[in-house]
Amino acid sequence: MTSNIRLIPRLDIKGPNLIKGIHLEGLRVVGDPEIYAKKYYDDGADELLYMDIVASLYGRNNLKEIIKKTVKNVFIPITVGGGVRSIDDVRDLLRSGAEKVAINTAAANNPDLIRNVARKFGSQCMVLSIEAKKINDNYWEVYTENGRQKTGMNVVDWAIKGCELGAGEILLTSVDQEGTKNGFDIELVESVSKNVPIPVIASGGMGKHEDALEVVTKAKADAISMADILHYDRTTIQEIRDFCHSHNIKVRRYEKKHKHN
Amino acid sequence: MKKSISIIDYGLCNIFNVANAFRYIGCNVNIIDSPNEVDRADHLVLPGVGAFKDGMDGLVKRNLTESIVAHAQNNKPFIGICLGMQMMLNTSFEFGKHEGLGIISGQVKKIPNINNNLPHKIPHIGWNKLDIPSDIKESDNLLKNQDNYLSMYFIHSYHVLCANQSNIIAQTTYNDMMIVAMIKKNNIYGCQFHPEKSGSCGLQLLEDFKNL
Repeated sequence: MTSNIRLIPRLDIKGPNLIKGIHLEGLRVVGDPEIYAKKYYDDGADELLYMDIVASLYGRNNLKEIIKKTVKNVFIPITVGGGVRSIDDVRDLLRSGAEKVAINTAAANNPDLIRNVARKFGSQCMVLSIEAKKINDNYWEVYTENGRQKTGMNVVDWAIKGCELGAGEILLTSVDQEGTKNGFDIELVESVSKNVPIPVIASGGMGKHEDALEVVTKAKADAISMADILHYDRTTIQEIRDFCHSHNIKVRRYEKKHKHN
Repeated sequence: MKKSISIIDYGLCNIFNVANAFRYIGCNVNIIDSPNEVDRADHLVLPGVGAFKDGMDGLVKRNLTESIVAHAQNNKPFIGICLGMQMMLNTSFEFGKHEGLGIISGQVKKIPNINNNLPHKIPHIGWNKLDIPSDIKESDNLLKNQDNYLSMYFIHSYHVLCANQSNIIAQTTYNDMMIVAMIKKNNIYGCQFHPEKSGSCGLQLLEDFKNL
């Protein structure tokens, strides 16, 4: 018996807006992130993922105020990423109500940051965010700056190293699949998941219910991140949950009956 | 009148969400960090994320340990959350061997990363059901409003081993391995999961704590 698979709406944010792009580029405004966050909470999302996707350009994460407002009405864990560069940045985000932080660019430039965050705040809040681009069969390269910057690093090696440094979880985004609705990069997720002893969140490409099934059963993802399939109402968390139940994928049972919803 | 809840801030943890959840259910929240304030507290909450040693160091540095233990000995309502629960035990083996508060007998150890010869991902992250014995479910003030089939949010790499099984009031199963989810001694509670991040079920539990 495995653990419950987590269903995690991903909210990419630019300025005050929830946006959506393709391959992490070509951005379109979707709406107010707080409204979407509350809706996903009410629908039974297991966690939320907030990414400040232009943070690297400005050198800082601008989500503190949005998080502070969101957590007043949303009582599930929120992971926040984008432009997180230092222990102080992590502390600021945790104090704003984030449960975990996802770090990509700053960790790739300075791997010791992973160790320092894990020591200071615990591995459980240090999520290593990896943007992966397929180079050829069984080889993916680590990208930073929202898929714009090459690093020359091998994704699987970097995942293993990040884990040894103290990362508690890996957010694995396929730059190739992101926003395409063509399904996850199964080989990528499988290659990382079987090589690290920490949970892996698969991100990028969820276009239909069957994609969730495939990335869990074939690629052994521990959690699924999804964006425009929810933002554009092509399905709901509850429908995905029901689909998983009926296909023997363990997800938490959720009921909307309590007075605190 | 609004109930007052006192939350201990010992420097490392994220108390914002715990405070926020208690405010949401209509409590006055006091964030406290001195022994005098602990002595005056009625309902006391010890939250926590991070490493055991850093947590205990934070309590010792603020001279809080004696007041917390006295609060528990006087059987005034108390709840430790996650690391806060782990610090209620005698000893932890997280990066060395460290003394805890000793409010409930037992130890804190790393969750093994192999169980039944199968790899077992650590940290244990996610929503899991509470397994509550039926007699406890009927009688316990914090569990009587919980449904056995609904889940709470866990995120931890270390777990609690109680010396006295009667202190365990709820467990959860992670890849076939039993993990202590809640401990209790009279009005003194500890929970490994995060009620403040467990949606409506967690808020219900906090509300029932408020009403102790």
